[in-house]
Amino acid sequence: MIRIGFLFAALLMLTAAREPILVPEVSQHEIQVQQGFTGTNLLLFGAVLDPAGTRAARGYDIVVVLKGPTEAVRIREKSRIGGIWVNADSTDFRSAPSFFAVAASRPVKDIVDDRTAAIYELGNDYIQLSPSGTINPEEQVRFTSGLVDLKRRKGLYKEDMHGVKLSGGVLYQARIALPSSVQTGTYTAETFAISDGRVVSSAIAKVDVRKVGFERFIEVFAQIWSFWYGLLAVALSTAMGWIAGRLFAMG
Amino acid sequence: MDVYLPIANLSVNGLVIVLLGALTGVLSGLFGVGGGFLTTPLMIFYGIPPTVAAASATTQVTGASVSGVIAHSRRGGVDYQMGGVTVVGGILGTGLGALLFNFLESVGQIDTAINILYVVLLGTIGTLMAKESWGAIKASRSGEGRPRAAKRRHHPLVASLPLRWRFYRSGLYISPLAPLLLGMFVGILTMLMGVGGGFILVPAMLYILGMSAGVVVGTSLFNVMFVTMVSTMMHALTTKAVDIVLAALLLLGSVSGAQLGSMLAQKAKPESLRFILAAIVLLIALRMLYGLSVRPDEIFTVIPL
Repeated sequence: MIRIGFLFAALLMLTAAREPILVPEVSQHEIQVQQGFTGTNLLLFGAVLDPAGTRAARGYDIVVVLKGPTEAVRIREKSRIGGIWVNADSTDFRSAPSFFAVAASRPVKDIVDDRTAAIYELGNDYIQLSPSGTINPEEQVRFTSGLVDLKRRKGLYKEDMHGVKLSGGVLYQARIALPSSVQTGTYTAETFAISDGRVVSSAIAKVDVRKVGFERFIEVFAQIWSFWYGLLAVALSTAMGWIAGRLFAMG
Repeated sequence: MDVYLPIANLSVNGLVIVLLGALTGVLSGLFGVGGGFLTTPLMIFYGIPPTVAAASATTQVTGASVSGVIAHSRRGGVDYQMGGVTVVGGILGTGLGALLFNFLESVGQIDTAINILYVVLLGTIGTLMAKESWGAIKASRSGEGRPRAAKRRHHPLVASLPLRWRFYRSGLYISPLAPLLLGMFVGILTMLMGVGGGFILVPAMLYILGMSAGVVVGTSLFNVMFVTMVSTMMHALTTKAVDIVLAALLLLGSVSGAQLGSMLAQKAKPESLRFILAAIVLLIALRMLYGLSVRPDEIFTVIPL
């Protein structure tokens, strides 16, 4: 009996010393944006395995972070000047993610401390935006929360602290909804296995969001052959107006 | 019916956009204005990015004015000479407008500038129109007939400009600089506000230039048609914000709405129509003024760099 207990304890120590294996997967590696696209649900799932592979890993929390391509943005803040509301202060961020979603098996603040959460960007409050230029910290906090709040209400930044479901300690899954206004580009889905407030394992899966077919054609056309695109727009409106004019005359 | 807009980068209910276009079409059929002053703010309200909304509304106004120009030219209601002068002014104006747009955007005051322009212009024109049409309605009710005894004359300032041309169809002998400057002013507004400018041109041609009423609407539409074409090109080349799918949806609505509008126009009294238009214009101006003076829902705005 004592021997068995000892063996069990040794096994626990062994596994605690070694990292669990994360096998992440996403339901779609490519999201096609085309006519009829109204957003999509992305399923991020996978397994957490004990390195020995003989049984399920335990005592782990899973946090999934889905991040869209970053962009440089300028945030402007309105103030009341002379009785009307106008843009006053502004600040620039060099790398604001166009999309950011966090799902966790438990609220992140119960899993890790602030510092760890900040390092791995485990939440809307911890997004690293790289402000450019010098800015005092107080002001930076104000602008950051303004940006996060704006994006959150557009459904582009989201947090779901009970969004990861763990089954049998082996399988995890999280569902993240992407609105139709998502930017195209490469999205990274990073999965973290966390134990005792420490990230013990992480793995990345990539998702490509791209326009295809007619939508892709229009985008490229407008960007590269802007002159001809403009002419086409003028021709289209003139033709439609002219046809309507003829119909008028007949009717 | 969900439609994905490739330039605006979002999915919208296509039916809503077609209906929005139809509303504009009815207005243009009824009152002879493009209706850009209504569609642009409504599209922004619906969630379409402001630059895309303004650029695509410009494209739509071209279509709406083409059919109007055809109808008016058939009965000789277009003064091409006068229109040509205002178009030249308009093209100069869109160029200036584009520069002004870029400057205001770089200092972050474009939205405020647009809002103030809307309040001032719509407020002034709405008030003038409401006063005039209310007087006409009262006169026709009391059976005095129209108090239009005074012959329309152009503004004294117009007469002081050098160089004079004869504009036969408009019945004028004035300096071409006056319509040129007017066209330029409207061109700037077209670029800044995404509107055709018909709601400014029509009263200005009547009360400042003193053109004969029969050619005012047709000539104004002629100007609007060309100036919106130029500003569509300007947008396509600089902001790249013209969404052709959005424009096509709007056009579909406005083209059919215009038919409905012109049918309604034949049944209603012109002075009551003008009064309704004045009320709509004033309402929008008041809404914009309110928007400027109360704390906005969004304190922060994000623009890509």
